[in-house]
Amino acid sequence: METKSKSMSEKDYSEENSSLWKDAWTRLSNNKLALLGLVTLVFFCIIAFLAPWIAPYGYEEQNLILGASPPSYQHLLGTDIFGRDMLTRIIYGGRVSLLVGFIATSVALVIGVSWGAVAGYAGGKLDAFMMRLVDILYALPFMIFIILLMVVFGKNLLLLFFAIGAVEWLTMARIVRGQVMTLKKQEFIEAAHSMGLPKQIIIVRHIVPNAIGPIIVYATLTVPNVMLLEAFLSFLGLGIQPPESSWGLLINYGVETMEEYPWLLIFPGLALTITLFALNFLGDGLRDALDPKTSKD
Amino acid sequence: MSSTPLLEVNKLSVFFHTRAGVTKAVDGVSFSLNQDETLAIVGESGSGKSMICHAIMGLLESPPANIESGSIYLNGEEILKCSKKRMRQLRGDSIAMIFQDPMTSLNPVLSIGEQLIEPLIYHSNPIKRLSRDKAQLRAIEILQEVGIQNPRERLNDFPHQFSGGMRQRVMIAMALIGEPKLLICDEPTTALDVTVQAQILELIKNLQKKLKIGVIFVSHDLGVVAGVSDHVLVLKNGHSVELDTTEKVFYETKDPYTQGLLAAIPSGPKKTSETELDERPLVEVSNLNVFFKNKSQAKEKIIRAVDGISLEINRGEIMGVVGESGSGKSTLGRSILRLLPIQSGEIIFSGVNLTALPPKELQEFRKKMQMIFQDPYASLNPRMTVYETLAEPLIFHRVTNKKNITSRVTSLMNEVGLPKNSMHKYPHEFSGGQRQRIAVGRAIGIKPEFIIADEPVSALDVTIQSQILDLIVGLVERYSITMLFISHDLSVVRSVTDRVAVMKSGKILEKEKTELLWRKPKNQYTQNLLRSIPIPDPRKERARLLSRTEQD
Repeated sequence: METKSKSMSEKDYSEENSSLWKDAWTRLSNNKLALLGLVTLVFFCIIAFLAPWIAPYGYEEQNLILGASPPSYQHLLGTDIFGRDMLTRIIYGGRVSLLVGFIATSVALVIGVSWGAVAGYAGGKLDAFMMRLVDILYALPFMIFIILLMVVFGKNLLLLFFAIGAVEWLTMARIVRGQVMTLKKQEFIEAAHSMGLPKQIIIVRHIVPNAIGPIIVYATLTVPNVMLLEAFLSFLGLGIQPPESSWGLLINYGVETMEEYPWLLIFPGLALTITLFALNFLGDGLRDALDPKTSKD
Repeated sequence: MSSTPLLEVNKLSVFFHTRAGVTKAVDGVSFSLNQDETLAIVGESGSGKSMICHAIMGLLESPPANIESGSIYLNGEEILKCSKKRMRQLRGDSIAMIFQDPMTSLNPVLSIGEQLIEPLIYHSNPIKRLSRDKAQLRAIEILQEVGIQNPRERLNDFPHQFSGGMRQRVMIAMALIGEPKLLICDEPTTALDVTVQAQILELIKNLQKKLKIGVIFVSHDLGVVAGVSDHVLVLKNGHSVELDTTEKVFYETKDPYTQGLLAAIPSGPKKTSETELDERPLVEVSNLNVFFKNKSQAKEKIIRAVDGISLEINRGEIMGVVGESGSGKSTLGRSILRLLPIQSGEIIFSGVNLTALPPKELQEFRKKMQMIFQDPYASLNPRMTVYETLAEPLIFHRVTNKKNITSRVTSLMNEVGLPKNSMHKYPHEFSGGQRQRIAVGRAIGIKPEFIIADEPVSALDVTIQSQILDLIVGLVERYSITMLFISHDLSVVRSVTDRVAVMKSGKILEKEKTELLWRKPKNQYTQNLLRSIPIPDPRKERARLLSRTEQD
C-alpha cells in the first residue's frame, strides 16, 4: 500500500514537472548562440552517424604513392603520410570522439550527481564514508584502474567509455555535494520537509534543479577532458587501434608532423575546437535557460 | 537657526538605467538640514531612501545609478561637483554613515581598535593624520563615549566577540571618530532586538545633542522615528510625499499615504471572543529540551536552545511566542513540528505522541501541521512556478484528485489574493508581500489543523505587514486552524494573539492572556521588553526617552 501510493505520486509529479523544462526550452530557443551550438553539435553527430555513406573514401584506404598531400580538389582536407583522406578520417574519428564525449560525460554526470547529492543531503557519517571513498579513488592512479578493467573485461570500446566516465565523476560528486550542502540549509528545503515530502522527492525536485548551474558548467568542461583522455589511452594502445581513429589520436599524430604537414594538426584540431565551442555555448545557454531569473524575452 | 543650513538637497533625481528601461529611484527630492537637527527619512522598501544617503555620501554605484539632476550643498559646498579626492576627504571629515547590519559592516579579521584608528592614521589630509598612539587614545575616548565598558581592553577584541548591540555601538564610534558634522544612519536599529534598539536610539539622540551634529535617520519604522527626529520626510517611489516637523506629520497629516503608513502600525489588542477551554489542548509540549553543540569554539559548548519548556496550545487559539533573537523561539517552533532533533521531552498532538512516532507515520502527520516561514525570498523554491509550489503538497498528500488540482490551485490563489494570471510565474517575479501570500497558500492548501508562523511578517514593509497579518488571521479563523505565532515584534503579537508566552534564553518566563500580559506584566524582563517598544507618537516617545535618560 505504502509503495503503491508512492509510485502513484511520483508519476503525478513527472507529468506536472514539465514546467521548468518547458520554460527552459522557450528561453533556449530565444538564445541564438546556444541554438547555433546545438545545431552544430547535431550536425556533427549526424555526419558522424552517417560516416560510412557520406565519407568520400574508406577510412583505411591508403594511397602510399600520394603520401602526405596538402588540401586539394580530390582531398579537401589533404591526406596523411599514408595517403589516407583526412576528411574521411576526421568524419570517422568524430564517431569515436563524440561517443566517448557523451557517454563518458553522462556516466560521470549520473554517478557524480547522485553520489554527491546523497552524500551532501545525508550528511554525518554516511557523508564522511562516501566522501572518503571518493578521496581514495582520487588517490588511485586512474591508469592502473583502467588497465585493470581492460585486463579483466578485455578490450571493449564501450567499456572504455564507461571506465573513463567512472574516473571523471569524482570531481562532479564533490561539486554537487558542496552545492547540496548549502542548499540543504535553505528555508524552502525546510518548508518541503514541513510539508511532509519524502527525501527522494526533495532531492530530485527541490535540490538538484537548484544545483544545475555548476553541474552544467562542469559537464561541458568534462567533455573535452574525456575526449583527450581517450586519445591518450589510445595512444598507449589501451583504446581504439589504428587504422581506426579519433580526433584525439589524429591530433596526437598531427603534433608529431606539425612542421612538415601542418594540415594534419589543423583540421582535426579545428573539428575538436568547433565542437567544444558549440558545447560551451550550449552549456551556457542551458544554464541560463534553466534559471528562471534570467528574463523570458 | 543659522543662516546657511548644514545640508541642502535640491531637486535631487537619481535614475537607474538598465536594459529593462529607466527606473526613477529618486525623483526631484529636496530638503535641508540644520547643524543640530535630526531629519528622518521614512518610506517603504524601494522608496529611494537609501539612494539619497548614498548620493550624499558619493557612494552611488554608477552605472547603473546616475544622478540626473539636482544639487547637494554641504556647508555651502556643492558636493556633486567636487572631485573624487575631495569627496574622499569629505567622507573622512564631514560625513559619516552607520549601516543597517552591524554583523556584516565590520571587518571580521581586524580588531575593532585597528578598524577604529584606520581613518585617523590613513587620513587623506596629512595635517589631520594622527600617530598610532594618539589615534589609539582617541579610539578609547570615543568607545567610552558610545558606552563600551573597559574600552582600553576591548580595543584588541575582534567583532565576533561583541554582541549585535555592542557592534552597532562600535559602528557609531567608528562613524564619529572623524568628528563629522553630518551623520547618516541607514536603518541603524532594524537588525537589533527591541531592548537594544531602545538603547541605541537613546545613544544616537544623546550624542547628537552633545556633539551638535546633523543627523539623517533613515527608517521604515515610524515608531522609531517618532522619538528621535525633528523633521520627517516621507518618501514613496522616489517622490517626496511630505516634509514637515515630526509633530505635524504624526498629528496633522493630510496626506493619504502618510495616513496609511500611520494606520498600518499594529496597535491595540486583537478583537475576538473568548475561546472555550473545555477540550483537551491540541498541542501539549512537556519538558522539551533541544540542545546544540557549538563546535566553532575550541571547547565544545552545549547551547540550550530550548531548555525544559512546557506549553499547551488550545484548539482554535492563536498562541504567541515573543522573545529577542537567540531566545530559542524559532527552535521551539521547529522542534514542535519535529523538524529538529530533540534531546528529551514530549510533544503530543491531538492525543498522539509525535516524539515516539516512526518517520513514516510522522510524514502522514505533517499534513495536519504546517509552517509559514519568515523570509519569503528563501522559503520558496526559485525554480518552481506558483502552480507547482501550491500543487506539490496537494498532490503528495492527495488532498484533491488529479483532475481538480488546477481548480483547487486557482481557488487557493484567489483565497490568498494572488492574481489569476500569475499561476505560471516564478517567485522572483513577485514582491515580498505576494511571495508571502504564496507561502501562506502553500501552508493553508492542505487544510492543516495547526500552523506555526515563524516571524511571517518581519521581512515585510509596514503597510504590507498589516495586509499579510489580516490574511493569515482571516484564513486561520475561517478554517478554525490553531496557530503558534512566533515574533520578536511585540505590537504585532499583541494585535494577533489570544495568549502569549515570553521566552528568554530557552526558557518561558511568563505565559498569560495577551491583554493581561500587556496590562500587568509580572516578570521584570517582560516589563522591560514592553517598555522598549517604540510608540509612533512623538510626544509620548520623547517624554519616555527623557525619563529613561534621567533614570540612568
